[in-house]
Amino acid sequence: MTKPRVTVKDLQIGATTDSGRDVEIIKGVSFDIAPGEIIALIGESGSGKTTIALSLMGHTRTGCQIRGGQITLGDHEITGLTERQRAALRGTKVAYVPQSAAAAFNPSKRIMDQVIEITAIHTLMSRDAAEKKAVELFRALALPDPDDIGARYPHQVSGGQLQRLSAAMALIGDPELVIFDEPTTALDVTTQIEVLRAFKSVMQQSGISGVYVSHDLAVVAQVADRILVLKGGEVQEEGTTEQILEAPTHPYTRELLAAFDPVKHEAKPADPSRHDQTPILEVSHLHAGYGDIVKGEPTVKILKDINFKLPRGRNLGVIGESGSGKSTLARAIAGILPPYQGDVLVDGHEMRPGLKARSKEELRRAQIVFQLADTALNPSHSIGAILGRPLGFYHGLKGRAREKRVIELLDMVHLPANIRHRLPGELSGGQKQRVNFARALAAEPELILCDEITSALDTVVAAAIIDLLKELQSELDLSYMFISHDLSTVEAICDEVLVMYKGEVVEALPAAEMSARAEHPYSRLLISSIPQLDTGWLASLERDPKLVEQFAMR
Amino acid sequence: MTTRTSFLSALPTPRKLGYSFNMTGRIGLLVILFWAVVAVIGPMLAPYNPGEIVDWDYFGPMTGDFWLGTDYLGRDILSRILMGARYTVGIALAAVTIACAGGVILGMIAAVTGGWFDMILSRLLDAFNGIPSLLFGLVTVAAVGSSIPVLVLTLAAIYLPGAYRFARALSVNVNTMDFVTVARARGENTPYLIVREIFPNILGPVLADLGVRFVFIVLVLSGLSFLGLGVQPPNADWGALVRENIEGLSFGAPAVLFPSVAIATLTISVNMFIDNLPIKIRDRSE
Repeated sequence: MTKPRVTVKDLQIGATTDSGRDVEIIKGVSFDIAPGEIIALIGESGSGKTTIALSLMGHTRTGCQIRGGQITLGDHEITGLTERQRAALRGTKVAYVPQSAAAAFNPSKRIMDQVIEITAIHTLMSRDAAEKKAVELFRALALPDPDDIGARYPHQVSGGQLQRLSAAMALIGDPELVIFDEPTTALDVTTQIEVLRAFKSVMQQSGISGVYVSHDLAVVAQVADRILVLKGGEVQEEGTTEQILEAPTHPYTRELLAAFDPVKHEAKPADPSRHDQTPILEVSHLHAGYGDIVKGEPTVKILKDINFKLPRGRNLGVIGESGSGKSTLARAIAGILPPYQGDVLVDGHEMRPGLKARSKEELRRAQIVFQLADTALNPSHSIGAILGRPLGFYHGLKGRAREKRVIELLDMVHLPANIRHRLPGELSGGQKQRVNFARALAAEPELILCDEITSALDTVVAAAIIDLLKELQSELDLSYMFISHDLSTVEAICDEVLVMYKGEVVEALPAAEMSARAEHPYSRLLISSIPQLDTGWLASLERDPKLVEQFAMR
Repeated sequence: MTTRTSFLSALPTPRKLGYSFNMTGRIGLLVILFWAVVAVIGPMLAPYNPGEIVDWDYFGPMTGDFWLGTDYLGRDILSRILMGARYTVGIALAAVTIACAGGVILGMIAAVTGGWFDMILSRLLDAFNGIPSLLFGLVTVAAVGSSIPVLVLTLAAIYLPGAYRFARALSVNVNTMDFVTVARARGENTPYLIVREIFPNILGPVLADLGVRFVFIVLVLSGLSFLGLGVQPPNADWGALVRENIEGLSFGAPAVLFPSVAIATLTISVNMFIDNLPIKIRDRSE
């Protein structure tokens, strides 16, 4: 057996919090990485995956310390080195590709200068040689215009290109190990594919070992040879990618896999007794935009001629990439961004464009729930106060009656009653999102606009929220408009799906047969770009280059 | 016995509510309280009439009769400091309260309302900010004459634009947060948005700013008195006491030293207190 390139033995990392409490973050993790092997660290947020990855460079975040164990990279024992010796290894033996390339590049320096910085710091080669090598890497990473792209500034290339450039930055010092820290999480699915392909081919050719940190099993399945499933700073399961995907042994791994493939929503057959009812939401010829109003039209137009109907008791999904206008649509319907043209009808009743023009009763019927519960809940109000306010505001509840209703609402979203005395900062991400949703329920609405409400959550937690939404729908006769960039989530809850692209609805599809019925080239591209839980998916995926050029090169 | 202990443990003490704070903050608070009490009852404690010449010698040393020495006319410095506390603490406190309350309220309204109201108010106060503070004080006091209300209002006017800018900058950030959007979408009016959604989230920095502004006001008041525009003789605030006795500096007279010490203890302890406020008030987002 060949000697592994990286050995981690019984790694322990801990931190001391501001209040002086001692926390164990990594509790004895051991693994090896063979030369040329890519190993994936997968787990939910807080599982310690990034902490382990950073420790391979001998680095810990502020406040954390490596407390025990041994990390060996090649002939160097990282844990025994001084900070200066570790710095000499970084860039030449081990390199790092961060999650947000946009934040990793200095916006005021040319890309080339930043990519070859490592060779200058470690005086590896002359500037000319370094630039030549960088251009080769650009070519290997399938970047357009490899000879001249280095002369541009970071804002002049797209997000997917920037992520590949940050990989070039990592690879230029010929490291033995590259750490990828969620490199595609911030990218759109259609761009993600190009980036994954580029990473994979470069890694295969060069024989560099890799550590790929991600929470997305489907992405990991495409690039990794082996997977380490982490939870609470401990390895739950370790195995080859096929074994983890096909025959997981640990219950937590099974839970992760199950969350990835949720039960599809059974489209309810149209209820004949309700046939003549007016739709809960009807949008016709809706236009909205930002900026100064010139001749009755804003300078930046986002939404163009949106039309759809949402029948009562059914759910509408809206999918599209970032910048497609999905969130703007929700804001325009809610009146936060007044549309300048077109009509919004809630239950046949016309809603005036701006918030100020709408009555309290009109506002009550359609509630909006935002993606980030962290910013959607006032950090200085207790949960009880947050949920109590709409009760008092819309229904005039006071004192004991209000408190009773707050407890009922918390019970509806499966949270304990005593949580009402806490502040949002003292809750977990999933709990906060439940409170965020309960606040919308407090208004007793008929329509809830959900803006990416599961996108910031871990898969298992998000699956639980979706179950909760379904459960509440049958109890309370709600209708949802569900905005997401994640097709499997939309499939799990929606009856119909609108595909949006550049502020227009390009296609409306039944959710259950999205991939089969899609006709518009963009929806087909989008649907085919969703990573599947199949190790051969990326290799077998064939995309029409013309289509990609038309829609995905942004 | 058991009922009593459980009753005690259920009491909402500052520690349990998260409002306890550290030693530095407590010392600061203690000194502030000391000066506040002195400001109220000081003249009753004074051994001599602060305006009366009681010693034949000027710049007298610390003796059993005159604990902190005498000033350039032979008046008792201890009595004069006790009297000056009323002016310094009172005027500065009133001025800083008006300046910060006005600035913060206007700043929050401007941030929430936006549009032309925000623009006009901001430009107006910016222009006002361009006037040098001592010059402004000089002109107003020269025009209207020096009295306590005029001093308080002048000082408040000098420091209001800064407080407004500070509060507006913070409020604009909070105003873009989703929870404010949610409240707006709920149909809440501007007063609710300001009081319940924005104010609690800017309170910490605003209090820190208040502490700094208090110190500035004490210093400008001293400066005005130094120029003879502040509190008028025979009364004097601490800044005026320093000015009157500045010639005593070369003799090492306690008459100039102790008013300075009084100013220093007050301003430093205000900052010690503000910087060590309970975390729950200082940073509500954590």
